[in-house]
Amino acid sequence: MTRILAVALALAALLAVACGDDDDEGGSNGSGEGGEEQRLIVSAAASMTEALEACASDFGEAEETEVRLNLAGSDELAAQIRQGVEPDVFAAANTRLPDELHDEDLVAQPVEFATNEFVLAVPADSEIKSVDDLRESGIKIAIGSESVPIGSYTREALAKLPPAQEQAILDNVRSNEPDVKGIVGKVSQGAADAGFVYVTDVNATDGALKAIKLPAAVEPEVTYAASTVNGAENPQDAQAFVDGLTNGPCAQALADAGFGSVQQ
Amino acid sequence: MRGWRRFLWFPALLAACLAAALLFLTLPVVAIFVDRSPAELIDSLGEPGALDALWLSLRTTAIAIAIILVIGTPAAYLVATRSFRGRALVITLIELPLVLPPAVAGIALLAAVGPTGILGGTIEALGIELSLTTAGVVVALTFVASPFYVRQAIAAFAAVDRRLLDASRTLGASEARGFLRVMIPSALPGLAAGTALALGRALGEFGATLMFAGSFQGITQTIPLAIYDRFSTEFESALALSAVLVAVSGALLLTVKLVAGAEAMGGWDAADTRAAR
Repeated sequence: MTRILAVALALAALLAVACGDDDDEGGSNGSGEGGEEQRLIVSAAASMTEALEACASDFGEAEETEVRLNLAGSDELAAQIRQGVEPDVFAAANTRLPDELHDEDLVAQPVEFATNEFVLAVPADSEIKSVDDLRESGIKIAIGSESVPIGSYTREALAKLPPAQEQAILDNVRSNEPDVKGIVGKVSQGAADAGFVYVTDVNATDGALKAIKLPAAVEPEVTYAASTVNGAENPQDAQAFVDGLTNGPCAQALADAGFGSVQQ
Repeated sequence: MRGWRRFLWFPALLAACLAAALLFLTLPVVAIFVDRSPAELIDSLGEPGALDALWLSLRTTAIAIAIILVIGTPAAYLVATRSFRGRALVITLIELPLVLPPAVAGIALLAAVGPTGILGGTIEALGIELSLTTAGVVVALTFVASPFYVRQAIAAFAAVDRRLLDASRTLGASEARGFLRVMIPSALPGLAAGTALALGRALGEFGATLMFAGSFQGITQTIPLAIYDRFSTEFESALALSAVLVAVSGALLLTVKLVAGAEAMGGWDAADTRAAR
């Protein structure tokens, strides 16, 4: 009996510690102590995973802060902020979500910092050559769910196709994934034959997938925007991070990953 | 004073722990229902996709549980009633998925029976398609839920007084008959408790399903996936679906416990005590 109790108590203590941690990550509790390193929490779209992981530690060393990346679908990150989670920076795969959050007074004025190319991804040895090939029955396609930016770009692009072609492609959709990583995973594992993603996601697979360009008339314009979050625990570093997305190690990492720069 | 310290601090501590556990475990569930009338919940079921998700979840869970019972019960009986070399290893292997994170389960299923997995070619040759299909959901649910049942079934069979089975054999019954007529009825409360746990796990499965089977309305989007899909844009609707899942899971759990009789209310506890004996 005492043993059971000891275990129960240990668990409770563990949970209490875990909860405490969560609060800190949310940025709602306490402040950085003088001697210790500051922490900067960056909520960023999953499509920037590789680029930001490459530059986060460089940025952290330069600014003497510890960068923590919270990577997920932009819509999910926005929903977290609406539910009261307070990261320091929000970097989304579109301009709509940061604009909406700005209108709701949750984040500062968004800054456009990168562009991406919307492409069709297929395995390197695939016989699919163009969007036209997606109409054949039996082709399995993975796309983003409606709420995530990649999903709305996909629907926007398909809507510009002739209606019969759009319908034929939509009929072949087998999965609505919550973020781009899910789409890339389904295609690279062979579960799906093709998926609509960003060219940077294809680059990150090191040749396992290849990108097929869409006709210019169909291709949506993909612009990324970032803001500091109102009430951020670490506003100075947050501003430095957002600035660094257009000018600094993270700008370089984004360029290396294949992101385009914004025409000012 | 000293007497109070000697005798009452321990029960007080127990009660405090129980209170903390109850509060921590029930508050999030209660929060789902706060501010929402039953009418609103029923309304949310009317929106497209919600009923599809509910129906898909019930169907796939039912099939997975049927597979788990049919294969798992005899397997558990074998492990519980024989001693053989490697028995402990077998039990550990069966229990392994219990401690796997769902994401690992999803990756593991892709690596094993996905299109490019080690058995992928064989399965394709048989004309079976698992990934991104309803069958794939059933595979994912069966994989993650079966250890909950089998583990409990082994304990339940092991706890049955062997003299009962021996007596039926002495009276001329075959082992198969003894299994069906003596062992299963005697172990029923434990089996029911295991079924309830597996049911709950299957209904709530998320990660392995998303990774292995994907998410598509009516085909692979079970309730947990539908909840996740709505979380970012339709939080109210996600909450309503969560409430439905809580109600359905709770009702199923209660039904199984009632059907198995009052003894099963002690579930784990009763079976474990007997196993220890």
